[in-house]
Amino acid sequence: MLKLAYLLAGGCGGCDMAVVDLSETLVDVLPQLEVVFWAPTVADVKYKDLEAMPDQSVDVGLVSGMVRLSEQEHMTRVMRQKCKVLVAYGACAALGGIPGMANLHTKEEIFQTAYFDTFSTDNPDGVTPQTKCLVDGKYELTLPEFYGRVRPLHQVVDVDYFIGGCPPHHSFVGQAIVAILEGKLPPPGSWITGGKAVCDVCSRNPGQQGGERELITSVKRTVDGAPEEGKCLLQEGYICLGAVTQGDCGALCPKVNIPCRGCGGPIPGVKDFGLRAVSAIASSLADEELVDQIPSPVKLFYRYALPASMLGKKVK
Amino acid sequence: MPRIGVYICHCGENIAGAVNIEAVREYAGTLPGVAVAKDYLFMCSDPGQELIRQDIKDGLVDRVVVAACTPRTHEPIFRKAVEDGGLNKYLFEMANIRDQDSWAHWNEKDGATEKAKRLIASAVAKAGLLEPLQDRFVEVTKSALVIGAGVSGMFAALDLANMGYKVHLVEKEPSVGGNMAKLDKTFPTNDCSACILTPVMVQVGTHPNIELLTYAEVASVEGSIGNFKVDVVKKQTYIDWDKCTGCGDCVNACPAKAPNEFNEGMDNRKAVYIQFPQAVPKKAVLDLDHCINCGKRSIGTQPRTHSVTGEPILAPCEKACKTGACDRSVAYDPAGERVTLQVGTIIAAAGFKAMDKAPFKEYSPQSPNVITSMQLERILSATGPTEGEFKRPSDGKKPATVAFISCVGSRDKSHHSYCSKVCCMYMLKEARLIKEKYPATNVYLFYIDVRTAGKDFEEYYNYCRDLGIKVIRGRAGAVDELAGDRLRVRAYDVDMCAPVELESDLVVLATAIEPAPGLPEMGRKLGINCGGEGFLKELHTKLYPVETSVKGIYVAGCAQGPKDIPESVSQARAASSSAAVPLTLGKVVVEPFSSAVDREKCSGCGICVPLCPYSAISREEVDGKLRARIDEALCAGCGVCAAACPSLAITLHGFTEAQIQAQINALTIGAGGGKVV
Repeated sequence: MLKLAYLLAGGCGGCDMAVVDLSETLVDVLPQLEVVFWAPTVADVKYKDLEAMPDQSVDVGLVSGMVRLSEQEHMTRVMRQKCKVLVAYGACAALGGIPGMANLHTKEEIFQTAYFDTFSTDNPDGVTPQTKCLVDGKYELTLPEFYGRVRPLHQVVDVDYFIGGCPPHHSFVGQAIVAILEGKLPPPGSWITGGKAVCDVCSRNPGQQGGERELITSVKRTVDGAPEEGKCLLQEGYICLGAVTQGDCGALCPKVNIPCRGCGGPIPGVKDFGLRAVSAIASSLADEELVDQIPSPVKLFYRYALPASMLGKKVK
Repeated sequence: MPRIGVYICHCGENIAGAVNIEAVREYAGTLPGVAVAKDYLFMCSDPGQELIRQDIKDGLVDRVVVAACTPRTHEPIFRKAVEDGGLNKYLFEMANIRDQDSWAHWNEKDGATEKAKRLIASAVAKAGLLEPLQDRFVEVTKSALVIGAGVSGMFAALDLANMGYKVHLVEKEPSVGGNMAKLDKTFPTNDCSACILTPVMVQVGTHPNIELLTYAEVASVEGSIGNFKVDVVKKQTYIDWDKCTGCGDCVNACPAKAPNEFNEGMDNRKAVYIQFPQAVPKKAVLDLDHCINCGKRSIGTQPRTHSVTGEPILAPCEKACKTGACDRSVAYDPAGERVTLQVGTIIAAAGFKAMDKAPFKEYSPQSPNVITSMQLERILSATGPTEGEFKRPSDGKKPATVAFISCVGSRDKSHHSYCSKVCCMYMLKEARLIKEKYPATNVYLFYIDVRTAGKDFEEYYNYCRDLGIKVIRGRAGAVDELAGDRLRVRAYDVDMCAPVELESDLVVLATAIEPAPGLPEMGRKLGINCGGEGFLKELHTKLYPVETSVKGIYVAGCAQGPKDIPESVSQARAASSSAAVPLTLGKVVVEPFSSAVDREKCSGCGICVPLCPYSAISREEVDGKLRARIDEALCAGCGVCAAACPSLAITLHGFTEAQIQAQINALTIGAGGGKVV
C-alpha cells in the first residue's frame, strides 16, 4: 500500500481533474493507494491533519499549482516534510504556469487592476486585501499574504520530480503513477517525460511526411485564416512551440489546429524554456523583420515558464 | 579530475604594466582543477613554450590555459607547443588578458587585475570540459571569384588566370576598367591612363581562363574556404551580347538621352549606349529607365504591323542593328539572370567612389564651374565631354585662373575623418597638366598639408612649384558665385596669418575617396566586417593586409582603403598569390569545430535543416523515425544549428553548451567579488 498526498497549491484544479480523467486506470491503481491527504477534491482531510502526520510518513506527494500566497508556501513546506518523494505536478508547480505571467507586473499593479481599475469593480472605500482585519471591533480575521511574485515549487522546496502539462495528459499521468508505484524513476531532480518534443509525435511534422522544413515566411495569429489540413503549423506561420516542448501529450493541440504553447515544459537539459524557444523560432524566420510581427513575445514564449526563467519578474 | 596548467604571460610590460601578475597567478592556483600556475615574461618565446612542454611531459598537466595576448595571432603557436608536449592540441584554451584587459584598462590597475582573474577563471572552467579533437581536411574547388574589375580586380584575376586557375570576374558596370579608366593621366609619370590600362583590359577580356561577368552583381555567398557557392545576378542588357559587335549603330540611332555616368554627368549618353570607347567587352546596353519606347515598342512586345505595307514597325535602334542583337521583343526581365558559381577562394576588389560635390554647400556646388577632380579628369581626357579641350562647363571658355581646394570631405569630422591619401598627388598632377599645356593659366592650390610620401612624389611636387603653380597653405572656407560666371575663393593663409580672397574662373574640389555604394552590403554577404570608415577590414593591418576574418576571402585595392594605382596593383597581386595558396594545395585544414547530432536526443523536428548555410544537415531513419544528421565534411562549425536546436541534441565541438555555461558562470559568479572595470 502506497501512501499518497495531493496538495492543490495555486492551481486551478485542472490537474486534479486530469487524475480523475484516468477513469479505469485509476480504478486499477486505487487498491494499491492510500490517499492520506487530498483536500478538497477527494478526501475530507484538513490542513491540520496533514500537519499532524509524522515526517516522512507519506510515500509520494503531488503538488499542483504554483506558490503565490503565504498559505501555499506553508502547505508546500509541510508537504515536503511529510513526503518521501515530492512531485511538482503540472505546469504551474513545475514552471509557474499561466498565473506566472503575473510576474510581468508588480503586486501593486495587480491590486490596482483587480481592486480599482476593472470596469466591474465597485470599491468605494478603496479596500485591498490585508493579512489581518478587525470586524465589529472584536473579531480578528486573517487572510494569507499575497506575495510579490509567483514561484514554481522548486523555488520554495526541494523537488524530486517534475511533470509538465496544463493539465498533464491523463494517459501520461497514468504512466507516471505506474512508474512511481513500480519505483521505475529517473534520478531525482528529473522531469518524468519521454524526452522527445511534440514534433516527434506530431503528424504535421514536415520531416515525418517525407518533406523538409523551410524557413518561416510569415507570422500569423490563430485568428488569421485557417491552417491547411495536415501541414505544419509553424511552417505556415502560426508560431507553434511544439519543437521546444515535451511531447508527452501526444501532440493534442496541433491535431486540432491549435499551435503548441509549451505547457509540457522544456526538453530535458534546457534550463530556460523561453530562451530556447526564442533561439529556435527566431532562427527559423526567413526575414528579420518578421520578429516585429510576433505579438507579445514574452507572453508567447514564456506563457507557462516565466517564473522558472532567468527573467524572473518585473521589479519596478 | 583534469590537471590544468595555467601560464600567465607578462608580455613584457604590456600585461604586467596594468595587471598584478603575482596576485593573478596566486588566484589561478586556487581555481578548481588547476594543478600548476606559472608566469613568464614572454610565454610565446621558446623558453616560455618550453614551460608548457616540460610540464606536460612531466605528467603535471593534461589541460593547458595560456593567459596572454590574442588567440588571433598566438593560438597556433601555443597549440603547437601543447602538441609537441604530447597532448591533443585542442586541450588548450586561451585567455586574452592583454587586448581585452591590460590595454583597455591601463589606468585602472585594480580593476584590470580583477578582470584578469575572471577571464582566467572562465578559461579554466572551459578547459576542464575540453575534449580532444582531430583536424579535418576539405577538398578545394580549383577556381576563384574576383569581385570588381577595376585595376585591382583585373590584376588579381590575371595573376590567378596565368597560374592556370579558372577565374570568374564580376563587374557591376557594362565594361571592365573601373575608376582608372576615367582618369586622364597618372602620377608621377604622367602616363596616359587609358594607354596603360587598355592592354590590361583586353588581356582580361580575352584570357581563356577568365570568365567575364560584367553588368552583374554578387547576390549571395554561401559555403567556406575551398568551397564557396556564389550566386551572381546578371542584369538584363536587353541586347543580345552574343550577336552585338559593338559597332555603335544603335547608339547613333537612339534619340533618348540620359546623364553620362562615365563623364561624371557633364554630358549626355543615349538610352542605348556603350559605356566608353575602349570598353571591354565592347557591347551595348539598353537603359530601360531612360528608353522612350520609340514606335511604341516597349520591351517584351511584338512589333505592330504597318497598316499599309504590312511590315513590322521597328524602333530606330532595331532598324539600325545589322546583326539582330537589338530585338525589343526580348522578354522584360528586371530580375536578371541568376548564375551559380563554385569557387575555392574569393577576392573582393570592389573599388571606391570619389565623393560628389553636392554635400559641400560652402563651396557653391550649384555653380557649374565648381567641379570635382574626377570631373576635371574627364574634361582633360580626350574621350571626355570636351574631347580634351580645357573648357569650363558654364560657357565653354578656357579658364584664365583655376583654384584647387584640397581635403574636400577628407580629414573633416563632418564627412570622413581619414586622409584620402591620393588627393594631394592627383591635384598636383591636374594642376601640372593644365600649367604645362597652358602656361599662361594661373593655378592656385589651397592645402591644409601637402602629403607627397611615395616614390618620386616629392620630386613631382617640387617640379610643380618650379612651374609656377602657387600653393597656399590654409583651408578654403567658402566659394562665392560672382557676376560673369566668376567665383571667389575665401581662405585663411596660415603662412601669412591673414585671410585671402581669390577670384577664379574654375574651382576644382579634390573630393574624398569613399567606399563604393553597396560595399557594406557586399561585406555582409561575404561575412567581412567594414571598419569605422566603411571600407572592408583586413585581418591584420600590418601582418595580414590582404586576408580577411573569413578564411578564403581576400581584399584588394580601394575597397580596403584609399590607395594609389601602384599600391592597388601590389595589393591585388598579393591577394591573388594568397588566394592561390589553397587552390594550389588542393585541400585545406579545417579546425575540428564541427557540430554533431545526438540521435537519442533528436526529436526530428527539422528546425535545424533549413538553417544550415552549408546545406550540411540531412535526415536519416533511426528506429522508424527521421533524425537529423550532419555531414562533417560540409559543416563549417558556425553553430547556428546548435543554437537553434530545441532539444539540445546538437553539440558544437569546441564550444559545447556545458563549456559556454561554465565560462559564463565563472565570469559572472565564480570570481572573487572584487570590482571589475
